[in-house]
Amino acid sequence: MKATCWMGVHRVKVNDVPDPRILNDRDAIVRITSTAICGSDLHLVGGYVPTMEKGDILGHEFMGEVVELGKAVTNLAVGDRVVVPFPIACGNCLSCERGLYSLCENSNPNAGMAEKAWGSSPAGIFGYSHMLGGFAGGQAEYARVPFADVGPIKIEDDSLSDEQVLFLSDIFPTGYMGAEVCDIQPGDTVAVWGAGPVGQFAVASAYLLGAERVIAIDRFPYRLQMARDKAGAETLNYEEVDVREALRDLTAGRGPDACIEAVGLEAHHGSGPINAYDKVKQAMRLETERPHALRQAITSCRNGGTVSIMGVFGGMIDKFPIGSVMNRSLTIKTGQCHVQRYMRPLLERIQSGEIDPRFVITHRMSLAEAARGYDMFKNKKDQCTKVVLSP
Amino acid sequence: MADRQASQPAPDSRAGQRHRGEDRLAKALGWFSIGLGVPQLIAPGYFNRLIGVNDSRRNRWTTRAVGIRELGGAAGILDRPRPSGFLFARVVGDAMDLLMLQAAMRRKDNPRRRVMAAAAAVAGVTVIDVIASAKTSRSSDPTTEGGAVRARTAITVNRAPEEVYGYWHHFENLPNFMAHLKSVEAKEDGRWRWVANAPLGRTVEWEAQIEEDIPNQLIAWRSLEGSDVANRGSVRFAPAAGGRATEVTLELAYEPPGRAVGAAVARMFGEEPLQQMKDDVRRFKQVMETGEVVRSDGTPDGTRSQRQLFQSEGQPAE
Ligand SMILES: NC(=O)c1ccc[n+]([C@@H]2O[C@H](COP(=O)([O-])OP(=O)(O)OC[C@H]3O[C@@H](n4cnc5c(N)ncnc54)[C@H](O)[C@@H]3O)[C@@H](O)[C@H]2O)c1
Ligand SMILES: [Zn+2]
Ligand SMILES: [Zn+2]
Repeated sequence: MKATCWMGVHRVKVNDVPDPRILNDRDAIVRITSTAICGSDLHLVGGYVPTMEKGDILGHEFMGEVVELGKAVTNLAVGDRVVVPFPIACGNCLSCERGLYSLCENSNPNAGMAEKAWGSSPAGIFGYSHMLGGFAGGQAEYARVPFADVGPIKIEDDSLSDEQVLFLSDIFPTGYMGAEVCDIQPGDTVAVWGAGPVGQFAVASAYLLGAERVIAIDRFPYRLQMARDKAGAETLNYEEVDVREALRDLTAGRGPDACIEAVGLEAHHGSGPINAYDKVKQAMRLETERPHALRQAITSCRNGGTVSIMGVFGGMIDKFPIGSVMNRSLTIKTGQCHVQRYMRPLLERIQSGEIDPRFVITHRMSLAEAARGYDMFKNKKDQCTKVVLSP
Repeated sequence: MADRQASQPAPDSRAGQRHRGEDRLAKALGWFSIGLGVPQLIAPGYFNRLIGVNDSRRNRWTTRAVGIRELGGAAGILDRPRPSGFLFARVVGDAMDLLMLQAAMRRKDNPRRRVMAAAAAVAGVTVIDVIASAKTSRSSDPTTEGGAVRARTAITVNRAPEEVYGYWHHFENLPNFMAHLKSVEAKEDGRWRWVANAPLGRTVEWEAQIEEDIPNQLIAWRSLEGSDVANRGSVRFAPAAGGRATEVTLELAYEPPGRAVGAAVARMFGEEPLQQMKDDVRRFKQVMETGEVVRSDGTPDGTRSQRQLFQSEGQPAE
């Protein structure tokens, strides 16, 4: 089959690889009909996440048709149309029972590696390095889906197109969880750093959960325009304004009640010198761990507010403003999304017409063109926000 | 609970020696930090020219800042009896330096060769840091006691103690999750025949009998007199999560055997017996909770840390 492979830092190629096979009784093989490129894939392709191997198949946002089932999967049938959640989860362990699917205790066969880096291991993830399992990803014609009896959600309503439901695999639940963990109260103001796909869904979800105002922060005018026109946000361009000051003005000195970070470890440096930390960091020209947006989210948040970190981080960051967190009673919420928990309720919101996730899609291409898709998405060419690939 | 405490192996003299050696390495790194930090702080311009970074005002401040960090790290390292955390700060610091140098390398106005040399020096230190940091933070290594190697590990299984005990009690089940075992077979008069895989397609065998058996709480076994590999083991089950889950604690000990089978047995138990045991209990948990050992394209045989250095690529195998 054809699959998008990581061939080295900044090298992505569609190769011919063997078709997947059933390895466990609870596996399914899915023939992929739609798949997407995620901001997390950019971190992997950029070499910021260790333990990638040449030849690894990328992709964790995918859906398709079940073509083969392991003998222990009884809730699905060949021919079913399914969306697959990106964290692999068994449904049996204590973490899964608590709904913390991205912390499944059984789905990472390389848990030992993650333990060395992080202390304990989270769940395995499709196409997301060997320290998160070494699972082949879904930017391919077929994928093996472990624990198929727990994860995939069956789409029975044929009137829903792939594009309407594909993002249930990751970015819609991720944006939603980013807002949900903020415990939004009526009248709250929420600020969202990053107007990429995750940020867009965080904005939309904050409104779904009752926020009064949502402010999106980025530097690309076209992404800010999408946040304004499609998700209803007010916007700030951090290259034009001092974000912290602007947020204080917008909230009469309080700061936003909740701050959602949807940028991750490749945050770009703002131009204005915002605080001493940033100046030092800028002078140091650090290249990988760039927690610029995260620091700003922390120092901007209202006293006693919540900072929700949805952007992905891999290692350690320097000069983390813990003093601001501690002395101002901030709450930090974070994690890889527990997608399985959100798929059904969010599918219902799509069906009822409360949201149409297609608004983030800017580019559609064939799987064979994946490398071009990565380049456009990474370099914001042709006003790219989200690429959907069809095998 | 009380006897679990009691069976905690006491640190022996060899472990003590190892720690002294590591402390020396750690202290040396502390002094290296001071050696690096002082010139960075008081002569940043000279330092910048030495490593080949453009000696601008801003870069001098950067270098001073890094100097302060080095000295902070040094104080931390030299101040501690067991300096793990601060050593780790050194590792992180090194990574930061490497990245800065990498960034400097990309700028046209920096003499590339000198920056490269500096990067290589820092990279060298990074490796030492990582080794020292990994070594000082490993506390639960197997210990030796009267010549026997012993190790223990524990895991929480989301099944009731009766079920977990029941599965383990059928020793025939052990090869389902203990990677080095080929088979365990019941013989008459309560004995068990264990067959383990050894390198080059060979096997090692021994007979064992159950020494203690408290339903839903404890199983302990020991190899019989005259075995090639004298070994014993125990597994304890204690209720957790209100009795819905079970804390499983596995303890194994073996005598390093004579020369004939020595090499084979060492390989069989692995160079890292503790890591192997951890893998075993993790697979046990997978089998109990999910029904089987979980596999991925990169790790087609399931959890096996020895293999983690030699991952297959994350795509289906032929
Ligand atoms: N937690 C999860 O489960 C989960 C799931 C999916 C994605 N993610 C992560 O979410 C993040 C965003 O993903 P995406 O697909 O939207 O990626 P993206 O790269 O398209 O979006 C990131 C956006 O952040 C903006 N940005 C950069 N620096 C900034 C700054 N200093 N201030 C404000 N905005 C800044 C960029 O211009 C870009 O528009 C990534 O880190 C990704 O790995 C996490
Ligand atoms: Zn993603
Ligand atoms: Zn689980």
